[in-house]
Amino acid sequence: MARDGGVSCLRSSETMRVGIGGMESPPLDLDDVHVLAVDDSLVDRIVIERLLRITSCKVTAVDSGWRALEFLGLDNEKASAELDRLKVDLIITDYCMPGMTGYELLKKIKESSSFRQVPVVIMSSENVLTRIDRCLEEGAEDFLLKPVKLADVKRLRSSLTRDVKLSNANKRKLPEDSVPVNTSLPPPPSPFTISPDSSDSSPPSTISPESSDSSPPLSPVEIFSSPLSSLLDDEDDDVLPSSPESSPAPEESPVRRQKMGSPGLD
Amino acid sequence: MELGQMQKSLQDYTKSLFVEGILDSQFLQLPQLQDESNSDFVSQVVSLFFQDSDRILNDLSLSLDQKVVDFEKVDPYVHQLKGSSSSIGAQRVKNACVVFRSFCEQKNVEACHRCLQQVKQEYYLVKNRLETLFKLEQQIVASGGMISAMDLGF
Repeated sequence: MARDGGVSCLRSSETMRVGIGGMESPPLDLDDVHVLAVDDSLVDRIVIERLLRITSCKVTAVDSGWRALEFLGLDNEKASAELDRLKVDLIITDYCMPGMTGYELLKKIKESSSFRQVPVVIMSSENVLTRIDRCLEEGAEDFLLKPVKLADVKRLRSSLTRDVKLSNANKRKLPEDSVPVNTSLPPPPSPFTISPDSSDSSPPSTISPESSDSSPPLSPVEIFSSPLSSLLDDEDDDVLPSSPESSPAPEESPVRRQKMGSPGLD
Repeated sequence: MELGQMQKSLQDYTKSLFVEGILDSQFLQLPQLQDESNSDFVSQVVSLFFQDSDRILNDLSLSLDQKVVDFEKVDPYVHQLKGSSSSIGAQRVKNACVVFRSFCEQKNVEACHRCLQQVKQEYYLVKNRLETLFKLEQQIVASGGMISAMDLGF
């Protein structure tokens, strides 16, 4: 994979340059997984970006919920023609951020017609049951405890590949080639598009974690950075870790079920 | 000092950082994110951490020196530092931040001043140790040796 399929276009990640470059139209490489990462902490942003890139994701990293909405074209009400080309397969966001929390961002994404199907993963350093429940209830795909580890991201990545391949298989209308998986939803009618607006997209399927070979990350990453606005922290309790139990969200989420240890669908 | 000795020194030195609790296992995640195309990742992210922390500690000092301390400002700084130190495995800095935050919650100015000193102390310690670590690595590389990610694990 030597192409840049992501929307980002700033140059090398060695120089942590700041700035908004022009958006180039990405060639639609349907097998690429494009992740939007949101974290106000520079260090965490760099780390999550590397974690994702080393697991073969294209990454766009932004430093706030507002930037994320801006990137997604959700910051104004009018739909953008660019959205048809904007392929975001996963949004991973920090919970505690000034201005807009990850939870608020999650809600906005789930309220949008264009992106509500995109899985949203929340990261937090605080293992607070009520917080986890709230996020999962709002439709978060998963909740990762910080500091995030490579194993966490690999797990996410492998379940995402399955999703993308599933929707691609459907798009190409090759049922024989599609990954055999039991879903609780009826198969989508053809033609099936990967437009996020489709209400027929197959749900993510559960797979067991596999170690993916790290391929050299290739796409440049664009890092939006802005001075921190007023630092309002949501919750600040440092509680002792307890095993999180979450009730299943209304939407099927095999990734979460997998996290809970139930057998994978395969 | 010949190469083999240098490499042994590096291993021992690294190990001591874990034994003393200055670093925790999260630090071992970082070399896994380093590869040919990002061959300096560990030192880059650590440098970033130093820059970020210097800024935060400065802001913290200023905030705590105000006549009336605004804990709405202080706490988020500590939260940030806690987060970034946790992400790179600077365990003692992180732990010091946890204590610091509990005193922020209590709005205990004096205790917070002490906490800040403690955090600074732990921070300068890990900074010093990591700088030494990277110097050792550089010496090895300069002598034609190679650092593998395995050298940092044990």
